[in-house]
Amino acid sequence: MQIYLPIAETSVNAFTLLGVGGGVGVLSGMFGVGGGFLITPLLFFIGVPPPVAVATGVNQVVASSISGVLAHLKRKTVDLPMGWVLLAGGLIGSIIGIWFFNLMSRLGQIDLIVQLSYVIFLGIIGAMMFNESLRAMLRTRSGTAPRRKRHTHLWVHNLPWKMKFRASGLYISVVPPLLVGVGVGILAAIMGVGGGFILVPAMIYLLGMPTKVVIGTSLFQVTFVAAFTTMMHAITNQTVDVMLAVFLIIGGVIGAQIGTRLGLKLGAEQLRILLALLVLAVCGKIAFDLLWPPAELYSISVAEGA
Amino acid sequence: MARLWICLMLLCGALPAQAQEEVVAGLSQNSVALTVNFVGSDILIFGGVRRDGAIPDGPLDVIVTVEGPPQAATIWRKARRAGIWMNTESQDVRAAPSFYAVASTAPLADILSPEADLDYRISTRLAIFEARSGGDVTDPAAFTEALIRIRQNEGLYQEGQSAVALERDTLFTTRITLPKNIVEGSYAARIFLLRDGAVVDEHETFIEVRKAVLERWLYTLAYDQPALYGLLSLFVAVVFGWGASAVFRLMRS
Repeated sequence: MQIYLPIAETSVNAFTLLGVGGGVGVLSGMFGVGGGFLITPLLFFIGVPPPVAVATGVNQVVASSISGVLAHLKRKTVDLPMGWVLLAGGLIGSIIGIWFFNLMSRLGQIDLIVQLSYVIFLGIIGAMMFNESLRAMLRTRSGTAPRRKRHTHLWVHNLPWKMKFRASGLYISVVPPLLVGVGVGILAAIMGVGGGFILVPAMIYLLGMPTKVVIGTSLFQVTFVAAFTTMMHAITNQTVDVMLAVFLIIGGVIGAQIGTRLGLKLGAEQLRILLALLVLAVCGKIAFDLLWPPAELYSISVAEGA
Repeated sequence: MARLWICLMLLCGALPAQAQEEVVAGLSQNSVALTVNFVGSDILIFGGVRRDGAIPDGPLDVIVTVEGPPQAATIWRKARRAGIWMNTESQDVRAAPSFYAVASTAPLADILSPEADLDYRISTRLAIFEARSGGDVTDPAAFTEALIRIRQNEGLYQEGQSAVALERDTLFTTRITLPKNIVEGSYAARIFLLRDGAVVDEHETFIEVRKAVLERWLYTLAYDQPALYGLLSLFVAVVFGWGASAVFRLMRS
């Protein structure tokens, strides 16, 4: 069944869209990842224009993280002051990202920028995940538990404007969380992702936050930054396709439920290596497209609103 | 179909005769709705030649063109920079039809004189208006050819793909396929009657391509009230995201 997308102005197969949403939903349920970093490139592969894929991807992030953030708020596992600081940074980052996105669109380079960012970030995440899961497998074989220092003070924590974050048990400068927020906001605007894959490690290793508040606080930041970025894309580019979003979201929420159950049964830790390989494969495909001589050297960009 | 022909014959015969040869035409439909499940549409264009007296000697030919709303566009060309293929050169086009189909009784080169083509802008190449200046590329023609090639591959430009069937030098019919990726707007269908490479008569009619109610509403909202549209997108995301997990929670308990 083909469906007509009013903003992308083309038809795509509804089952392909449900499949993309559902497949990524299964993965996100199994491994607790947002999945935005897979949805957007998969949309490129099925022929959705990159600007629409990015803006709609970020709208989908709102849907996939909203119920999580509500649950964490209820359980009080959100460090709200930290969340607000990260969010403030995120909004600044989103504005910078949107400005850069629109500038690159005018220069005809946005597809390249989006693809390059994906190659870089998917390459890094894929390699990190692969490494991590390989070590986890070796650890379970040798039977030694991982050890991590509970609290380390880095030089970045001693910058000015110190603030008390009670839920995290931290008294650190607001500069590092603000900068982390800015970075994630930029990624959200350019890549159409939530940015949890950067935010979570940054909160644990850079800010030294305890793991019990990390997920809730990152979801809090990601949800609001994604919502803000959706608005920015809708207002400045008119590239959010709500019809496309509905199919991705429906596929995604059903997939996530299946994924959560599958993860419990199958032992997701062992399968994590497959996710790493999938991420590396998507990265490889985009890199290949940039490096291999294209079949068609020319492309058309139509002036919108004409 | 047979009844249609008879009606046309009667129409041609009954009307008072004026000039030597005139074209009358109709469409199988003059509006197309881009609904949720739109996969493309075939338009049948038919008509007849009205004339007083006997059929003049010499071959009679018919050309049918259908032209979608024109758009300004930029054509980019990629080149390798630091190992990566990226857009490096561009050429602007003042107006290029978003859709252009030409059907004819014989290949255009055989039946249409270059002068008549220039006057009426019938061939695809002449339907595109290049930017007069401002380009810094050495070979602007390559960019226009690329535009035609890309759109031909997408089914948006069709030349010589469908033929016009002409019966007894009087009745003609052709079928134009509108693909799934057309934009909305007024599509002009032009019918040309030709003798010895010159246009004898021309008839123009329009096909209105409109998004269906919901799609139209969403599109208009996105461009006229972008903030409201953004809020709607967020509302949909929140309702589906939160609602679905609430439903699953209920199902489990």
